[in-house]
Parts: sequence; structure tokens; C-alpha cells
Amino acid sequence: MTTDDRIIAIIAEQAMLEPGDVTLDASLADLGIDSLGLVECIFAIEEGFDITVPFNANDPSASDFDISSVGAIIAAVKQLQADQAG
Amino acid sequence: MARVVITGAGTINPIGGDVPSTFAAMREGRCGIGPLDIPDVERLAIQIGGQIKGYAETDHFNRQQIALYDRFTQFTLLAARQAVGQSGLKFSGALADQSGVIFGTSGGGLNTQDENYRAVYEEGKNRVHPFIVPKLMNNAAASHVSMEWNLRGPTFTVATACASSNHAMGQAFNMIRCGMTKVMVTGGSEAMLCFGGIKAWEGLRVMSKDGCRPFSATRNGMVQGEGAGVFVFEDYDHARARGADILCEVIGFAMTSDASDIVMPSKQGAARAIAGAVRDAGVPLDAVGYINAHGTGTAANDKTECAAVADVFGAHADKLMISSTKSMHGHLIGGTGAVELLACIMALRDGVIAPTIGYEEPDPECALDVVPNVARDATIDVALSNAFAFGGLNAVIALRRFA
Repeated sequence: MTTDDRIIAIIAEQAMLEPGDVTLDASLADLGIDSLGLVECIFAIEEGFDITVPFNANDPSASDFDISSVGAIIAAVKQLQADQAG
Repeated sequence: MARVVITGAGTINPIGGDVPSTFAAMREGRCGIGPLDIPDVERLAIQIGGQIKGYAETDHFNRQQIALYDRFTQFTLLAARQAVGQSGLKFSGALADQSGVIFGTSGGGLNTQDENYRAVYEEGKNRVHPFIVPKLMNNAAASHVSMEWNLRGPTFTVATACASSNHAMGQAFNMIRCGMTKVMVTGGSEAMLCFGGIKAWEGLRVMSKDGCRPFSATRNGMVQGEGAGVFVFEDYDHARARGADILCEVIGFAMTSDASDIVMPSKQGAARAIAGAVRDAGVPLDAVGYINAHGTGTAANDKTECAAVADVFGAHADKLMISSTKSMHGHLIGGTGAVELLACIMALRDGVIAPTIGYEEPDPECALDVVPNVARDATIDVALSNAFAFGGLNAVIALRRFA
């Protein structure tokens, strides 16, 4: 599975949707994922990709990790993989 | 119904080892939050807390006691010693049978669990000390206080996360009020600053890495603390008959459940508890001069709490003072309401309102008088102490100045 597919699978599982129903322009809220679901998604991403995601639920917009849409999350994970490689 | 007064208070917390030193720290707006000194701290993303510095259990307890007293029990016993000592009460005969202990804690003997899981899982040991169970159980502190002072009536522990102490003190209040008991030793304790305790909170992504700034637009989460607060609640007629020094009167209590979300707070649930406590106290809303806020420093709590206060008090919300002393001692989780009740007692008895320190920038969603950074002198008749727990459980206590 590609990185994109793996992230979509994580989000789809939280949203209780089929991966095919998760579009890149959707926000997590669009998919019915609440604040706890978001924290679980981030945890699953950290575990799955062995990266650390800078995210504080008190101020999600303050971190560099863009969670505004599925596509943004995929891009942010790829950036973190590059930054945290090795 | 019997009237209920407080005739003793004790504490050990990150800003003071007793009540006078805690009041002095609150007056000065001193911060007890700093770098954590615990094993494996380098593996934590959150490395600050309100830790009781310089605490050595061997200064206070012997080897046999330490084998049975987890850190949360130790804190409770130290605070209880001060509170019962101040009350001047001796428990024997009928009074002992009519006196009990109700404490709040969330984690109980969490350090004991952490240390022993480490021993069996990490170090591969196949044997633990025989007293681990009685040391870690949540009711250990209540039981040891009952044994130490011969309190033989209703004794138990309440665990409702961040509202534990307020729920505990509410039960103690109502037991005396309805004539079931004469004296209750009550309050709460928490000692969660161990690797597992903080690692678990870290996962929720609500902790601040740099400080607790309740109500400030720059707040970015809560900071954990540790310690205990213990009070002697006494039937007023009993206290008066023996000429006891009365610190203040407990006049109301209410508890509600949001019945909505396991972590997100609800304005309606908080408002119903606040209004309920005032109603139970039988005082007008505008009698309330000070509220010790739950004020965790998270985005969600502080704006929800301010909205609830505004809803309940209407125009009077702009006249009362509301501060969060968590900015100084951190969030003591199950023990927090007990330590925070001290700020209410200081307001009523000494006329000093503890500040919300770390306040940097107004937040339009927290537009109340939060007593920013500097303590204030004021004469207050009625004070409230708010506690709103994960699980949507809210508990509010009302106190009145005893003149």
C-alpha cells in the first residue's frame, strides 16, 4: 500500500467508511470524525509510520501539521517522514 | 437540617507544605510548576508538572509505614494530621462512631502500580512485595486516616476523575447536614506524577509543554500537579458547644452529569451544577463574590466554564471574581477540588482573592474578571468551588464566611 492508501485506510477506519468513500478534499469533520477520533487518527499515523506528529488538541492550528483535509494530512505526513528520516 | 462548618484544614501541595504557606504562596501568586524530576522523564513529551519538591517520605514515615503508604496516602496523612490537629478533636466513644472519612482520588496508588509493573514487566521479576494490593487500592488513604484517628463511621473513597474531591466533600457535607454523622474528615489526594501517569495523559494531547495559563488567549493545555487537601467538616452545634474555631460554613452542594461526551465539557451540565449549588445554599445569585474555577487551562474547559458562569449569573457574572489556582499548583486531578477549596477559605476568612497567574492576553471567550496575575483584597460573603470531570461529571460546593 502507498502512503496515501495507508493514511486513507486509517481515516476510513475512524470514520467507519470504506476507503473509497474518503476523498482528498474532505475534512475530518466532513467524515464525521470528532476531536477524540482525530487524536486516535494521529496516534495511528504515529504508530504506523514511526513518526512523531506535533499536535496539541488545545490549538490544532498552531502546529505545522495541517489537518484541514485528508489531502493536507497526507502531505503533512510525507513532510514529517522526510524531516524525521534516519 | 444541621448546619455544617469547617473546623480544620491541612494540605501538602506544590506551593506549600501546610495551609499558612499555601495561603502565602497564593497571595504572592507563586508558581509551583517546573521541570519534572522522575525516572524516564526524558522519554516523555511533557516534562513539566506541579511536583512537591524536596519531599522525602523517610522524613515523615518509618519503613513499615512506607511499605503500606503509597505517595497519595502519605500526602493524605500529612494533610489530615494538620487538619485534625487544628480542629482539636479527639475521637472516642459515640463521637468516633458518628465520625467518618470520605476522600476523592482518581489514580489512587498509581506510583505503586507504576513501580511494580516496571518490576515485573521491564525488570522481569517474578515476585512483588506482599503489600502491593493494600498499598495501591484507592481507599487506602481513607482507611489509614480512619485507623489513625479512630474514625469509625461511614468511610469510603470517591473516584470521579477531576471532580473526585468535590464529590467526596459534597457527600461529607450532606451526611452531617442530614444528621447521619457529626464529623467528617474529607478532601482528596493525588500522586500521578510518574512515568505511566503522565504518559497516559500525554496521549490525549491536551497537556501544555510550557505552563498552565487559564483563561489567557495564549493557553495551550493543562499541567498536572500532586498533593492533598484535607478538611474537618463538623456539625455546627457540635463545634459551637466545644468552642471550636470555625474557618467557614459549608452551605451548598450540587452535582450533575452532562450525559453527552466522555471528554468534551458541556456548558449546560456545568451551569446546572453551579446554579444547583447556589440554590441548595439558599442564597441569592448576587451573594456569590468569588468562584474558584475548574480553570484547567485547556481551550475547551475555560471557554465552556466562562460561558456557564455567564449563563447562570447574568449581569452579576461581570461583578464576581473567578480565578484558577491551577495556574500555580497545577491540576491535582482527584485531589484538585480539595486544594482549591483552600482558595475559597482564604477569600472568605482573610479577604484575599488568589490570582490566576500566567495570564498574558485576554480571550474574548473568557471575558470575566479572572483576577489576572495579582491577588486582590476583597470582602466576600459566599464563594463557590467548581469541578468538572472527564466523563461529564460536575460537582460544585458553596461556602459562606463565618462571622
